[in-house]
Amino acid sequence: MSGLSRAAQQAVHDFQSCQQWEQRARLLLQWGAQLDELPEALRTPDNLVHGCETRVWLLLDQQADPLCFQVASEARLLRGLLALLLLRITGLNAKQMVEVDVAEWFALLGLSRQLSPSRSNGLTAVLLKMQALLAQN
Amino acid sequence: MFLPSPWRQFFPGILALAEQQQTWLDSAATAQKPQVMIDTLSQYYQQGVANVHRAQHQPGERATRAFEAARSSIADWLQADANDTVIFTKGSTEGINLLSQALAHHFQAGDEILISAYEHHANLLPWQQLARARDLTLKVLPMDKHGHLDIDYAIRQLSTRSKVVAISALSNVIGHRQSLQPLLAAARKAGAWTVIDGAQAAVHQRPNVQQLDCDFFVCSAHKLYGPDGVGVLFARQHAVTALRHWQFGGEMVRRCDYQQAEFLPAPLGFEPGTPSTANIVAFAATLDWLQSLDSQAIAEHEARLHAAVLTGLQERGMQIIGSPNCALISFNAPQIHHSDLALLLGEQGVAVRAGHHCAMPLLQSLGLAGALRVSLAMYNNGDDIQHFFSALDQALEILQ
Repeated sequence: MSGLSRAAQQAVHDFQSCQQWEQRARLLLQWGAQLDELPEALRTPDNLVHGCETRVWLLLDQQADPLCFQVASEARLLRGLLALLLLRITGLNAKQMVEVDVAEWFALLGLSRQLSPSRSNGLTAVLLKMQALLAQN
Repeated sequence: MFLPSPWRQFFPGILALAEQQQTWLDSAATAQKPQVMIDTLSQYYQQGVANVHRAQHQPGERATRAFEAARSSIADWLQADANDTVIFTKGSTEGINLLSQALAHHFQAGDEILISAYEHHANLLPWQQLARARDLTLKVLPMDKHGHLDIDYAIRQLSTRSKVVAISALSNVIGHRQSLQPLLAAARKAGAWTVIDGAQAAVHQRPNVQQLDCDFFVCSAHKLYGPDGVGVLFARQHAVTALRHWQFGGEMVRRCDYQQAEFLPAPLGFEPGTPSTANIVAFAATLDWLQSLDSQAIAEHEARLHAAVLTGLQERGMQIIGSPNCALISFNAPQIHHSDLALLLGEQGVAVRAGHHCAMPLLQSLGLAGALRVSLAMYNNGDDIQHFFSALDQALEILQ
C-alpha cells in the first residue's frame, strides 16, 4: 500500500511477524495502551458512537491542523484497533482520509476479521461516524 | 471431561462447525438443525409445491393437508386441548406483537400490564409501546438477589386494573427456571390475561400448556432445532375470541367488498398472506423427532453440561449473573471488558454471545455494560466445555 507513514509501515511489519493469534492479541493490547486517554469531560452522549455494543466515543478536533480524531473505548482490544486506525489516517487531510481503504489496511495487518459488519464490534460503526464528522467539517 | 452426546451425530451443522474448529455455545441465540429437519424441507420442495387453503387442485390439497397436519402435531407437542388454537407466526417476537395489538382495544387508560425485570426486548417493547400509546401503566416485577422472580411480591402487585401478565418462562440472560403457576393462577383470578414467552424455555422442557394454564404461549422454531422464520402462538379457547384481527390480506377474509370486510376466526384469520408452509411442515417433523427421543436423558445430559460450566466458571472466580439452573449462564471476568474476552474467545473458535443480550434494562439494573453468555443444547458435549475453558484460560492470561 502506497503512502504509508514510517510508523504505519513498522506496524504492518510487526503484525505480519506475528505467527499466532496470541502474539497478535498482545500486540493489539500494546497499541491500545498507547492510545491517548480521552478526558472524562469529553465522554458525553453526543460523542458516543451509536451502533456498537461497546461504548466508544469519537470526536473530530476542528481546530487542529492537520485534522485530528480523538477516540476512547472501554474495551482494550477495540482501543488497539482504533489506535491502528488513527495511525493510518494521522496527518491526512479530510479528502485523503475519506479515500483511505480501511479494509485493505486491516487486511495488511492480518486483522480483517475485526471489520465485520456485526454490531458486536464497534469498528464499522466508528468508521461511519468518522465519515459523517468529516462530511460536516 | 467425558460427557458424550448421543444426539450430536444427528446434527450435521454442529459437525460441520467442529470441522471448521468452531465450538457452538450460542444455542440460546439459535440452535443447529437435525438431519430430519433438513430432509423434510428438501422433500417438501422436491415433491412440487402449492399454496395452502386456496386451490382445489391436488397439489394444493396435499399442501393444505400437510400444513394442517403440522398444526395438529405442534398442538400435540404443546399438550394443548382440542379446543385450543395454534396460530402460526414468524416467531416469538411476532407472537407478542400480535397479542399487544390484538388485545389493545380491551384496555383503558390506567390499566396495568405486568412483566418481569428480566424480559427480553421482545416481551418488553410491544407492551411498553402499547402502554405509551394508550396511557397504560407498565409494571415491572422485580427479581430477588438470585435473579429469580419474586412470585409472592408479584402476586401482591395484581389488582383489578391488571389486564396482562406477560412473563418469560426462562430468562435469556439469567437461565433460571421457576414455577410460574401460582402467579398465573392469581393473575387469572384478578382477571388478567396471562402470556408466557417460551422462546428460551421450550427447547429444554416440552411445554405443557394445560398444566401451565396460561391464556397465551409463544415460542420460536429456530431455537427448537427447527427452521428460521416460524413461530407459534398458542391461545386458549376462551382467550382466542378476545383477539381482534391485526394484519390484513389474502386468505383471512370471509367476505370482502371495496368498503368493508368480514374476517375468518383464528387461526386462519390471524395468518394473512402465504404462510411459511415448508418451514412449518419441517418444524412439525422436528418436534415429532424430538418426541421420539428420551427427553429425560436429554434433560439429564444438559443438566450435567450446565453444572460443569457453572463449576468451571466459579472455580475461575468469574462473576455469574444470578443463580442459573438451566441451559445457559451469563458471566463476566473481574476487571475485564466482556467484548475483549469475547473477541479472544472468538479468535479461538469459541462461539459464545457477548453484549446486552437484548435485555438492556436488565443489564443496566445490574450495573453491567454487558456480559458473556454460554448456552447449551442437546448436541453439546464434554469436549465443547473443555475447549471453552481452555480458550477462556488463554484469553484471561492475555488480558490479565
